[in-house]
Amino acid sequence: MAVNTNAPVGAETYGAAAPPELVQLLTPEGERVEHPDYDIDLTPEQVRSLYRDLVLVRRIDLEAVALQRQGELGIWASLLGQEAAQIGSGRALSDQDMVFPTYREHGVAWCRNVDPIKLLGLFRGVSHGGWDPAEHNFHLYTIVIGSQTLHAVGYAMGIQRDGAEAAAIVYFGDGATSQGDVNESFIWAAVNNAPVVFFCQNNQWAISEPLEKQSRIPLYRRASGFGFPGIRVDGNDVFACLAVTREALRNAREGQGPTLIEAYTYRMGAHTTSDDPTRYRVESELEAWKLKDPIERVKAYLFKNELADQEFFEAIDLEADELGKDLRRRCLELPDPDPLAIFENVYAEPHALLQEEREQFAAYLASFEGVA
Amino acid sequence: MTTGASRTAGGRSGGAATLTLVRAINEGLRRAMEEDPKVLVMGEDVGKLGGVFRVTDGLQKDFGEDRVIDTPLAESGIIGTAIGLALRGYRPVCEIQFDGFVFPAADQIITQLAKMRMRSLGALRLPVVVRIPFGGGIGAVEHHSESPEVHFTHTGGLRVVACSNPADGYHMIRQAIRCEDPVIFFEPKRRYWDKAPVDLDADPDLPLDKGRVVRPGTDVTLLAYGPMVRTCLEAAVAAEEDGRSLEVIDLRSLSPLDTELVVESVRRTGRCVVVHEAPVFSGYGAELAARITEQCFYHLEAPVLRVGGFSTPYPPSRLEDHYLPDLDRVLDAVDRTFAY
Ligand SMILES: Cc1ncc(C[n+]2csc(CCOP(=O)(O)OP(=O)(O)O)c2C)c(N)n1
Repeated sequence: MAVNTNAPVGAETYGAAAPPELVQLLTPEGERVEHPDYDIDLTPEQVRSLYRDLVLVRRIDLEAVALQRQGELGIWASLLGQEAAQIGSGRALSDQDMVFPTYREHGVAWCRNVDPIKLLGLFRGVSHGGWDPAEHNFHLYTIVIGSQTLHAVGYAMGIQRDGAEAAAIVYFGDGATSQGDVNESFIWAAVNNAPVVFFCQNNQWAISEPLEKQSRIPLYRRASGFGFPGIRVDGNDVFACLAVTREALRNAREGQGPTLIEAYTYRMGAHTTSDDPTRYRVESELEAWKLKDPIERVKAYLFKNELADQEFFEAIDLEADELGKDLRRRCLELPDPDPLAIFENVYAEPHALLQEEREQFAAYLASFEGVA
Repeated sequence: MTTGASRTAGGRSGGAATLTLVRAINEGLRRAMEEDPKVLVMGEDVGKLGGVFRVTDGLQKDFGEDRVIDTPLAESGIIGTAIGLALRGYRPVCEIQFDGFVFPAADQIITQLAKMRMRSLGALRLPVVVRIPFGGGIGAVEHHSESPEVHFTHTGGLRVVACSNPADGYHMIRQAIRCEDPVIFFEPKRRYWDKAPVDLDADPDLPLDKGRVVRPGTDVTLLAYGPMVRTCLEAAVAAEEDGRSLEVIDLRSLSPLDTELVVESVRRTGRCVVVHEAPVFSGYGAELAARITEQCFYHLEAPVLRVGGFSTPYPPSRLEDHYLPDLDRVLDAVDRTFAY
């Protein structure tokens, strides 16, 4: 009995992970290339600013990993390798656009001015969120895979009804595309022509499961089956991510409905600090992707075109060092919440049961006072 | 005492061994797969990775990818296809990665899995096991520490069990797989690394639907399951120093409940404290308290007290020590039963 559930016939032809036909504007070597549909004009200042974002966000991430290793965070979901996808798309947003992230969108959070200490606090376990989504137009992190895609579509339907000049963008991973919620969100977005951009970071892995376990076709092609355009972009190319997302958001705001963007990228670190990728991933894969590092190629571009000098790069590194140090200090200073915070913010209006439980628990805690 | 199960060339292990709960369930799954080629293991990351807790470690290597299936990341899909496989004669053992992620599958479990046998007038059998690592205390982020058991005990058509130690982990998973009904199998994740002796060749000493007195006592009955069994045992040790004798019962099966065992104990002790991590309000303890009141009314010296979580979402991990019942909260409730 050979069931062979493993290698579906034609897997090669459909090639879920086959070398992609993707939008690229900057090669791994830092060469600028043209694309007929997506061009972008960036001033040297803008390129330098993107570079700065990439470096600082990577530093936040590395510092968080280090803090986790030292027991200061319970867990951390690293974005290492996905900086360009996040900064490119994040910098394409207008202030009015609304973001629905997963738990790994630290770079997008950076673009929305969410203080990174809030992200650390969440993974440290002092809160389940910590920022006001309305203040940043950046919704809370969502851990249940795929749930937020429906929220984004509903929010976009609201934008549509309000006649507002805005769009919603929702982030999710390649694994998430298997969830019912994500597929339902595609349907709702399509039939409502909702102003939403689906931004899938295909980092090739859902914990230990490679893309082949989730899809037999490239993910961006899924969109056509639901009735809207899908596009694959080099997720390690910050220019291309910026250009493609900008266009998709503009289309959404102008009433042309949803787009699925598949940012083809790679999770260079472990899935989270609790994961051990050596059990399922070969080292050579990582080595190959390191050559496509999203930061190195912008650096090469800046260098080659003499848009930045050594001094500039050193200044950014220094800034990153300061940011890391500051974040570390603030993380260590994060106090544990008061125990009675368990009962706070559960309901908007008074709730008799909770009041009762809170009083009982306060009395119980007080009974220990004075006990050595 | 050996420190691991000894394994023969064929991969089969045997004898008495000291195992962690993780390893014991792993051995149970292995034994079940060896005994019955229809047994399948399926879930997210259960293959090469061996599950995020390593409960399925090595199974794919030994039984192949057709029997240990890395599924797409879709819980409704996992249970829904398991139902189909069961209808075709297979015995799927599904892993839900964490408690909080069973809800995308709740529709398939509650509206389909639980009801098909009755709808077919008994013609269909649904021997599906749904393994769920549950409970808190591991410092995790949201949705990784919940105790969703009552959603399932409240659903007719499902059997709901919780193991608390390695020997039960090993025997109960095998019994659950052999069971012709759907079984929701809760594993206390913070006890995964507890070690104890397991006799891999012995027959189970109890049927799947029976509870056990894990520590006899005369003054108060403590009722617990899963992670709280150890907490209650620790409380019993501490109480002994104050001259109080606590009887600890590990319920093991939540649906059906071994009512007889509970009633016999409470009639003897006259006092009862129920301990679980899930919120107290509308919780499993409410069922126990009501039942005990009905059947032990004239033997009770005090009302049945409940110790458990609050009526809030599970808090951020820096607060979980306050949320979760600990030794002090159990002993505090024991004190209160003596105040009546
Ligand atoms: C509904 C649900 N099931 C399972 C999990 C556990 N889990 C967390 S992340 C993850 C893999 C996600 O992969 P992908 O969507 O590709 O995103 P990535 O983390 O790779 O960015 C899994 C299975 C979860 N968070 N939610």
